[in-house]
Amino acid sequence: MSATLPTGHRRIDQLEMRGIVKRFPGVLAVDHVDFDVCSGEIHALLGENGAGKSTLMKMLYGLYQQDEGVVRLNNAEVRIRSPHDAIQNGVGMIHQHFMLVPSLTVAENIALGMKSSRGWRLDLDLVSKRIRELSERYNLKVEPDIPTWQLAVGEQQRVEILRALYRGAALLILDEPTAVLTPQEVDDLFVILKKMTADGHALIFISHKLHEVLAISQRVTVLRDGRRVDTIPTEGATRLKLAEMMVGRPVVLEYERPEVTVYSDRLQVRNVSALNDRGEVGLRELSLSVAGGEIVGVAGVSGNGQHEMAQVIAGLRPLTGGKIEINGQDVTGRSPSVVRKMGVAYIPEERMIDGVVKDFTVAENLVLHDHGRKPFVSQRIFMNFKAIRDACQEAIRAYEIKTPGPDVPIKNLSGGNIQKLVLARELARQPQLLIAAQPTRGVDIGATEYIHRQLLKERARGTAILLISEDLDEIRALSDRIVVMYEGQIMGIVPGKDVNIRQLGAMMAGTPLDKVAEMS
Amino acid sequence: MIEQLLAPSVFAAAMRLATPYLFASLGEMFGQRSGVLNLGVDGTMLMGAFFGFYTVMITESLLLGVLAALITGLIMGLVTAFISVTLKAEQGISGIGIYLFGLGMSELLYQRLIGTPKSVSGFSNIYIPGLSDIEFLGIGEIFFRHNLLVYVAFALVPVSAFILNRTPFGLMIRAAGQNPQAADAMGVNVTRVRYITVMIGGMMAGLAGASLSIALLKVFQQNLTSGLGFIAVALVYFGRWRPLGILIGAMLFSVVQAIQLQISAIGIDIPSEFAVMLPYVITIIALVFASKRMEKPTALTKPFERGES
Ligand SMILES: Nc1ncnc2c1ncn2[C@@H]1O[C@H](COP(=O)(O)OP(=O)(O)OP(=O)(O)O)[C@@H](O)[C@H]1O
Ligand SMILES: [Mg+2]
Repeated sequence: MSATLPTGHRRIDQLEMRGIVKRFPGVLAVDHVDFDVCSGEIHALLGENGAGKSTLMKMLYGLYQQDEGVVRLNNAEVRIRSPHDAIQNGVGMIHQHFMLVPSLTVAENIALGMKSSRGWRLDLDLVSKRIRELSERYNLKVEPDIPTWQLAVGEQQRVEILRALYRGAALLILDEPTAVLTPQEVDDLFVILKKMTADGHALIFISHKLHEVLAISQRVTVLRDGRRVDTIPTEGATRLKLAEMMVGRPVVLEYERPEVTVYSDRLQVRNVSALNDRGEVGLRELSLSVAGGEIVGVAGVSGNGQHEMAQVIAGLRPLTGGKIEINGQDVTGRSPSVVRKMGVAYIPEERMIDGVVKDFTVAENLVLHDHGRKPFVSQRIFMNFKAIRDACQEAIRAYEIKTPGPDVPIKNLSGGNIQKLVLARELARQPQLLIAAQPTRGVDIGATEYIHRQLLKERARGTAILLISEDLDEIRALSDRIVVMYEGQIMGIVPGKDVNIRQLGAMMAGTPLDKVAEMS
Repeated sequence: MIEQLLAPSVFAAAMRLATPYLFASLGEMFGQRSGVLNLGVDGTMLMGAFFGFYTVMITESLLLGVLAALITGLIMGLVTAFISVTLKAEQGISGIGIYLFGLGMSELLYQRLIGTPKSVSGFSNIYIPGLSDIEFLGIGEIFFRHNLLVYVAFALVPVSAFILNRTPFGLMIRAAGQNPQAADAMGVNVTRVRYITVMIGGMMAGLAGASLSIALLKVFQQNLTSGLGFIAVALVYFGRWRPLGILIGAMLFSVVQAIQLQISAIGIDIPSEFAVMLPYVITIIALVFASKRMEKPTALTKPFERGES
């Protein structure tokens, strides 16, 4: 009998996966992988997109069944056939895509699937009470009675963690928990995770951000193409070393930004206002311009109007005031297809929703916009499937997209590979203006490097690029000018060279540039 | 004339007419809330109506008749669940298959086993002591002089609301219909939940049929329901997937129907088809004007696949 956790549940002293194999049609996703994690430890799992991290973890959580291999829990073999089994064994998981029922309240989401202490009647009041206790202990602020669709991403994640703790998770798998968080929220999360390990929980942490892995974990396991490369102690590891283990070759983490010819303004946004999805004012009298051969980075905590701005420019959201010009032509209120014809390409933030059609194949998604153009049609009306397949093979090769082939449904690809496909499609248009929203979110180092290089290449070609990102490192590495947004307004525009991080931070928190300048 | 149209007897009739709608719609609501659309309600109702009637005819036991209708509905529900949950068939189409099966099968059985129109004595009215005598506004007549099934149907409204909103099982139903992947990840057996709700729906549709054949009309004939089960499906949408909304919708339609019956009874000539059309027209209007952010189960008609998101 092993010890108990402060939550009153049984502790997992050690969990071990041995020789795990998982095959999907055409893919060996996980290839004889050994992995283990101990109580009180954070074990990080690293690997490029499609390396098999999520698949390995989904097997541990009972969402997939391994084809070979065993799982041992405190030295006893266990068979985890469903999430129900996993929960029974004290395994919890925070998924890459959150798993909450939007119309249910926090307490209902947590009570879901659990026995009620009142038998056939719900005991939500008791659940709420216990939620409050737990949230105090782990400093996870949540309100039990609000429906989860009203929560911001960071809050939703807290609910998920709380739910796992509530259900007695002694081992918690976190699949890219930081991908959607702001730097401040990441710090808060790390405090919580440290508290959990101090209490004896075992944690598995997946992230593409190496500095996070270095900051929080004790051991790191690197996967590549479904195989385990190595498991090493975090102490003594460096970003460069980890990156090389992942990619299998030396990587560059900093880029040169050569001087390029800057053309006249391609995009002019003048005093634009628009509503957000909730019907509130999302953009207030926003003005901005981007010239050809220039990358303008838009920094800001997510939800401050960046998404609305991108959509307004792409013609996907009506504006309530102001004017948008592309190449000097007024496109205010024109349809997305007109805007695209003007040479605008858009890499949307929600790639699974706005970027691809999930049930279409890789090839179909690649020609989503251009299926009506040469060479994809012959005799004007027939699709030329050979040309489409060829173009797709070419994109797969050039962008190193990991897929069994052009004809598999895109939803079977890993997140980063889907992103590469969207990029391939948008850049193939040779755009005049490229709007890139979070282009490397959830994308591995190798691919991030690749995407960054492509953006710089586009810049050198004379494309105007609007880069929206929450990743300040990315903004700083690429932008010629940096715009900071807060509550639908621009706090200031600064040159990208030698920016002052504290200045950026202050603007992101809502202080206009002139005030920031006064302060320092 | 207005007085004649709004007489207590008209509202009492509306209560009785609402009974099959309530049974069928509340049952259908459970299925839909868990993510399964069953368009075959009418077919199940016909089967329930037939077996309920036939059993009463032979055994002269109302209890056995109700039981037969429930079991028939349960089996039809099981078949529906197998087709839509296990085989993951397109729900809109498979429901029509269930309907056509029920329509044809009940007619065949009727031809073979009964043949000529017959009637049974069926459920008689129960006067609730004390309450049924209330003269004020005709309350006694409207609410408290009905057969047992009418009372049961109305009692099921709060019971359904309770199950849906106040029990762990109701929570699982709502989650299975909104985000089955999340429900699954939380250890809920989505498949089982959907089987159970569809089988409950089947039982209640069977009972709805029996409420026609052994309580309201006390006869069986081919296509006895004449599309009533489809109105029941529409009522679920109209009622925004809530028992109270369904009650309001069912009452609205049955009052319109009762008034229409009264109109022809007092000799004003309006085509009866009008009253049959009206519920659909109202439902369509209601759906058009309803707010878009509603509690429609987002996974409605979508089969569940583990691990997909
Ligand atoms: N349900 C599925 N059907 C077919 N192939 C799949 C399925 N799920 C994953 N794969 C494939 O298995 C491989 C591993 O995918 P997985 O999602 O585990 O990658 P990952 O390491 O989590 O990547 P990322 O960092 O992008 O999230 C990929 O090649 C992917 O295309
Ligand atoms: Mg993953």
